[in-house]
Amino acid sequence: MKQKDIAALLDEPACAHNKKSKSGCAKPKPGATAGGCAFDGAQIALLPIADVAHIVHGSIACAGSSWDNRGTRSSGSRLFRIGMTTDLTEQDVIMGRGEKRLFHSIKQAIDNYQPAAVFVYNTCVPALIGDDLEAVCKAAESRWGTPVVPVDAAGFYGTKNLGNRIAGEAMVKYVCGTREPDPLPGAAQASGHRIHDVTLVGEYNIAGELWHVLPLLDELGLRVLCTLSGDARYREVQTMHRSEVNMMVCSKAMINVARKLQDAFGTPWFEGSFYGVRDVSQALRDFARLIDDEDLSARTEALIAREEAKIDGALGPWRERLRGKRVLLYTGGVKSWSVIAALQDLGMEVVATGTKKSTEEDKARIRELMGQDAVMLEEGNPRALIDLVRERGVDVLIAGGRNMYTALKARIPFLDINQEREFGYAGYAGMVELARQLVLTIESPVWQQVREPAPWTGHNPVGCKQTQGAGR
Amino acid sequence: MTEILKRNKALSVSPLKASQTIGAALAFLGFHRAIPMLHGSQGCTAFGKVFFVRHFREPIPLQTTAMDQVTTVMGSEESVVEGLKTIAGKNQPSLLGVPTTGLSETQGSDVRMAVKMFRQKYPEFDAIPVVPVSTPDYSGCLETGFARAVEAIIKTVVPAAEDAGTRPGRRRRQVNILVGSSLTPGDLEELKEIVEAFGLRPVVIPDLSDSLDGHLGEGDFSPLTIGGAPVSELSTLGDAAASLVIGASLNKAADLLRELTGVPDYRFDHLMGLEAVDQFINLLHQISAEPVPAKLERQRAQLQDAMLDTHFMLGMGRFALAADPDLLHGFTHMLAGVGAETVAAVSPVNAPVLQRAASEQVKIGDLEDLERLAEAKGAELLIANSHGVESAGRLGIPILRAGFPQYDTLGGYQKTWIGYRGTRQTLFDLANIMLTLEKGEIHPYRSMLAQKPEYREVAHEPDETAAAGGLQH
Repeated sequence: MKQKDIAALLDEPACAHNKKSKSGCAKPKPGATAGGCAFDGAQIALLPIADVAHIVHGSIACAGSSWDNRGTRSSGSRLFRIGMTTDLTEQDVIMGRGEKRLFHSIKQAIDNYQPAAVFVYNTCVPALIGDDLEAVCKAAESRWGTPVVPVDAAGFYGTKNLGNRIAGEAMVKYVCGTREPDPLPGAAQASGHRIHDVTLVGEYNIAGELWHVLPLLDELGLRVLCTLSGDARYREVQTMHRSEVNMMVCSKAMINVARKLQDAFGTPWFEGSFYGVRDVSQALRDFARLIDDEDLSARTEALIAREEAKIDGALGPWRERLRGKRVLLYTGGVKSWSVIAALQDLGMEVVATGTKKSTEEDKARIRELMGQDAVMLEEGNPRALIDLVRERGVDVLIAGGRNMYTALKARIPFLDINQEREFGYAGYAGMVELARQLVLTIESPVWQQVREPAPWTGHNPVGCKQTQGAGR
Repeated sequence: MTEILKRNKALSVSPLKASQTIGAALAFLGFHRAIPMLHGSQGCTAFGKVFFVRHFREPIPLQTTAMDQVTTVMGSEESVVEGLKTIAGKNQPSLLGVPTTGLSETQGSDVRMAVKMFRQKYPEFDAIPVVPVSTPDYSGCLETGFARAVEAIIKTVVPAAEDAGTRPGRRRRQVNILVGSSLTPGDLEELKEIVEAFGLRPVVIPDLSDSLDGHLGEGDFSPLTIGGAPVSELSTLGDAAASLVIGASLNKAADLLRELTGVPDYRFDHLMGLEAVDQFINLLHQISAEPVPAKLERQRAQLQDAMLDTHFMLGMGRFALAADPDLLHGFTHMLAGVGAETVAAVSPVNAPVLQRAASEQVKIGDLEDLERLAEAKGAELLIANSHGVESAGRLGIPILRAGFPQYDTLGGYQKTWIGYRGTRQTLFDLANIMLTLEKGEIHPYRSMLAQKPEYREVAHEPDETAAAGGLQH
């Protein structure tokens, strides 16, 4: 990928980070950096497309430590769970045999697994030795007739966020608009109301949580042409251009996709979230608002009223137990506001939140929810998180899985909110699961036991001084 | 001699291999107050970190030089210097490892020079050993990376006998134990207990059983490893009575240690199965000049009894194995010891030890190769890492998890394979899995002529019985 292409991707007019300087993301500091690379971001963004053969072109570290590593679910094809890599050897690198190996690899994947398409991810070593990914993919596609899409996202190009955008860019450039949507099934037309086509961008179906939301959209007559990329199929991505409204699901990562689809096809988009009762209802309203169909609006309001009443009853007992509990939220910032609203819904108090990846607009939203003196954490190093937990008498830390064992070592109740988690929290129904998981950890009897000193010693291990409610 | 089948396809599917780079990182994690800083893009570290966090369910200290486009093109030595300075200044580690990656090696980054620059520029950190090690991921695997890091640590930190004035045998009760990546923290605990039973003092290099054994420590957070072999012990290795080496992958490291210190060494490919453990115990008996403790005699007798009990289930059992060379080799011999057969064996890379494996062939390849071999040879049970779960599912056979990574169950890192006790438990586990296969189970036959009323309704639907019969086998 050329320098100017990378610069163009970093310069995203729809992203609020852009207003400060041209490059959306800060330069990493050697010896003090956490987080993934561009390849990580690209792979994570596209891997949930289930019927595609995802080939990682490079030496083993990239695929070897990361394949089949996500909590994302598929309702059908399991092809995406098979790791594929060209596993370049030293000889390949020295003799320049990478392109040849890739070409044969694509053939092997097509012959043995009959994928709907092949996605080829570039990585550092072949990028550095100059393998022409695009040319190989083009040649392979014309030779074997299966679509082969290059995703040129070597790790050193930049951060995970850039990788997300490169992935989105590849979809818009090579896949969207290459097929027309299927005609509506007869049963759908018989329902009486008009069916509208929509897409969800940046929804990954972690732990299958999309399936909490889909029945609602079905009921409203919203056909999801494609989710990018949870439980998606290649043929669905091809039809994204026909969507009437695109929803950016809680994340700025693939904002370029929404913007480019708007530029190219005039599709309006909005940013929303499926976490928390308020936000789910808001997302449904936004669809109705942008589609501008009176009948749809009326039915949407009816559905919201019904679902909110139902969930209110279900959440009642959980709210009792969670009321007043203090939360420290560290999500890296992307979904902060959305999750804050969900937690406040449960009667909890969010004392601080991470904003590392949040935009100014996100931060304004957070202030609106948490008040002017909300504590925002720019840098989420484990030490700072633990100190804040102690200072503020926090009852539970909500963060990504990577921080989980740090929290547990400090004897702090913890809830995993990232992509590796095993429970889905989206939609109305997901809120009950979220409440249940929070209660499960906060009220667990283990906290008391790990904080108690052994009976034969007088001295307390660290963390015992906490006197808050956890462990009762 | 075992036949080695080379890799013969372009695409690696369901890879079995984990990279050399993270193997090297793991070796550094076996030292107290240590931190590895991978010289590469930040993703190299992020992936490695997730890999180990999910395996050990522990926080893993791991840093990166965060190479970006500019440093990749213009030279990355400055990033190494800056990274070293940042970590040394902030955390005062006792050991800093710098494994290289495919990216920095392809670029041609000179890490040794970078370390020299760091030494010149920041003499205030002279007391902190910095160990660069070349571990590009386009060759080797986790096991070789681990071994290379041990070699580099010995080369950089262990003083030569003539310089430090160490003398073999000065510490009469000390034995150095070099261990490879095939040993789990649980294995190392067992190993130390056995050696201590002879009144000897084991110094395990590297000691993951003290750092990544999954214990709840007193402190709440550390940016460095908590526990592990103390770096200061490295300068006492030359005074030990003997060095024990577990794992053929460490042969070169053992050569280096012997050259530097003159301490005699004794090498074992593995400690699985009665025969291998017997030899090991006998050696400890000789080195310590102590009788074999009654406790170990008892464990030996227990293992023998377990071998008798389990051989009914395991004898002629057909096993498929996928693991790094040392572990694979050890398993083939443990299985052969109870009359079981390794019918399909796959290793991610070739190694001399594979030629001694108790299996007709070893294929260098991935889990797809393993599936094909296991299918063709009618394997009944698979031993592999957690990625093998899907393979086992497709093959329709059960799996025993071993090796890296194990992310879908808890406590895999604590599993003990070695010694009399570890072997015994492993045999029990394998035999129990075999029992679930209901081998030799005879399914009921319903005679059409029988005078049993409950057969009648079945007799009315002959098609269905045929279909059900067909499904069963």
